Amino acid sequence: MGSKLTNVLFAGIGGQGIIKASDMLTEAAFRMNYDVKKSELHGMSQRGGSVSSDVRFGEKVHSPMIPEGEADYLVAVSEDQIEVNEKYLKKDAVIIRPSDIDEADAQSKMLNIAMLGRLNRYLKFPEELWISLIRESFKGEIAEQNIAAFKRAQG
Amino acid sequence: MAEQRKILSGDEAVAEAALACGVKLGTGYPGTPSTEILEHFSAIGGNAEWAPNEKVALEVASGVAFSGAKTIVTMKHVGVNVAADPLFTLAYTGVEGGLILVSADDPGMASSQNEQDNRLYAIAAQIPMLEPSDSQEAYDFTIRAYEISEQFRVPVLLRMTTRVCHSRGVVKCWKQKEAPASKHYRRAVRERVMIPAFARGAHVRLVDGMKALAEWNEKSDLHVVSGPEKAELGIICAGAAYQHAREAFPEARILKLGMTWPLPYEAIRAFVKGNARTVVVEEGEKVMAEKILSAGIQVEPKGDAFLFGELNVTKVKRLVSKDETPEAPPKPGRPPQLCPGCPHRKVFETLRDLGCIVSGDIGCYTLGVLPPFSAIDCCVCMGASIGAGLGLRHGLAEEDARKVVSVIGDSTFVHSGITGIVEMVYNKPATGHLVLILDNSTTAMTGLQENPATGRHLNMTDASQLDLAALCKAAGADHVDVIDPTLRHDEFVALVKERLASNDASVIIARRPCILQMKKLSKLKK
Repeated sequence: MGSKLTNVLFAGIGGQGIIKASDMLTEAAFRMNYDVKKSELHGMSQRGGSVSSDVRFGEKVHSPMIPEGEADYLVAVSEDQIEVNEKYLKKDAVIIRPSDIDEADAQSKMLNIAMLGRLNRYLKFPEELWISLIRESFKGEIAEQNIAAFKRAQG
Repeated sequence: MAEQRKILSGDEAVAEAALACGVKLGTGYPGTPSTEILEHFSAIGGNAEWAPNEKVALEVASGVAFSGAKTIVTMKHVGVNVAADPLFTLAYTGVEGGLILVSADDPGMASSQNEQDNRLYAIAAQIPMLEPSDSQEAYDFTIRAYEISEQFRVPVLLRMTTRVCHSRGVVKCWKQKEAPASKHYRRAVRERVMIPAFARGAHVRLVDGMKALAEWNEKSDLHVVSGPEKAELGIICAGAAYQHAREAFPEARILKLGMTWPLPYEAIRAFVKGNARTVVVEEGEKVMAEKILSAGIQVEPKGDAFLFGELNVTKVKRLVSKDETPEAPPKPGRPPQLCPGCPHRKVFETLRDLGCIVSGDIGCYTLGVLPPFSAIDCCVCMGASIGAGLGLRHGLAEEDARKVVSVIGDSTFVHSGITGIVEMVYNKPATGHLVLILDNSTTAMTGLQENPATGRHLNMTDASQLDLAALCKAAGADHVDVIDPTLRHDEFVALVKERLASNDASVIIARRPCILQMKKLSKLKK
């Protein structure tokens, strides 16, 4: 049950681009022809509080929320949100942390996109798909910088 | 338009469907999780506007519907409380053009002051209710709701919840776009003028209409049975609960209801016969279970432990297995806080340092209750700061009464604070009173929406700007001052002290724009 789904949990704090990153993964999974659902909580979280977003894709997704113990990946854009989300992780879940990213990118506004690059090491979606999604989300030079950060993190 | 598949939130899906149905006007008041419906509707070319509050929005929508055109009116669950007065009688008058009222409920209170279950409004007002379970159904059910509204001439409640509004999923947008149309006006005095003589007939028509709707719902395809012919476990559910239940119990027989009021009791009765046991899985109150039981159908309601918060896959498993052991409390995340540079910060520092008793209101500034400010004493609903502050002044001994201040934001003031100023002047407490309007020139909490005091419409075109100071003066306040609480902080503190020491009815408008709003405006200028 749920085993055929890939569950990616994004966590961080307001303003770190959690929603943006999870939207981009949702769109990427959609373009890969998966059924996909994404869930998030808005509202008070806009004011610097904890933000998390669940992305689930596979053949058929029902609940938009990742059940406890079923997240395959935790993209922890803020390190202190790992403990808060521990109960959602599978035993062998992959945790992606800011410390996995090049220092300069981790300190920049591109951290969220770099984390997606690192995630794609495992998801292995075509790089061109991500590049076109990044170009649709950012303009000109900013897009190119984000693509570079994505590639550096993906390795 | 050829059929299109895209990723949409539930809110966006409602807007896409409303546009395809030819909605002439969308109106509402911002409130999480409903806000994005009208924002998206406007962004894709729909005609949408923010009303001063939900009551006005529903009244405007009722006029559009009387005119024969289609309309959508959106609000969060507590907004329906504000709009309840027109709602109950609109059920009597009925509509000509289709009218959908979206109630976006917030079980779990992600961003609300209560988790009231607005399915009870459909029952109390006697209007049909549809509950989508995901973005696709948000699209499909909006279209179906207009068909029902125009066929049965009734307003329809589209009841959504946070997980449906704010989850994204794949949506097949299949409907050919209709252009918004105005009809030839049909005068219908006995239907729409609710003097008692006409309302008595309207009440009978309403009850007959609901019977016809119930019969229609029995045969409709809005409810679907999935799973085996006969099963150990049957589940009755609707909305987001369906998605959790389908995942939690892939082998179960499930009746997913689309129109949850009036309920299709015969379809439910037939479904229950095929199961060894049937459990009603619902978020919020035990609304469906109690109605189904009272129709003499044997189903199991959920336990009281599940009256609280949102459901999810894990909780649905526990609900069905009657496991009511308390959940481990969630690990605390980071609490939200007022932004660095927020204009409310200086105000709450002042109120804290002066030892004020603060009657608060709904907005970002409610965060003034948290450290380091800890400067709000009560907060109940939109606009309540002024009335409750006046009540505290009436009730407290003089020494304490003098410390009472009401704080209210600009949008909340326009929503339901104006009558509070009238009350303050009309029934002035012996010690007077002080209302602080925290004017950050936007509706910030819900994501920077415009309001009558910003001078811009929902789509950012120029609007006539409501003059808050002139309005308070016209109501008869003894003093109305406008001051920047950050730039002129010392003067601000002195002014608050002076007003608190007097027996006058005073208003201070603490005006300084929200820093996020300033960023948004400077981006727009580029």
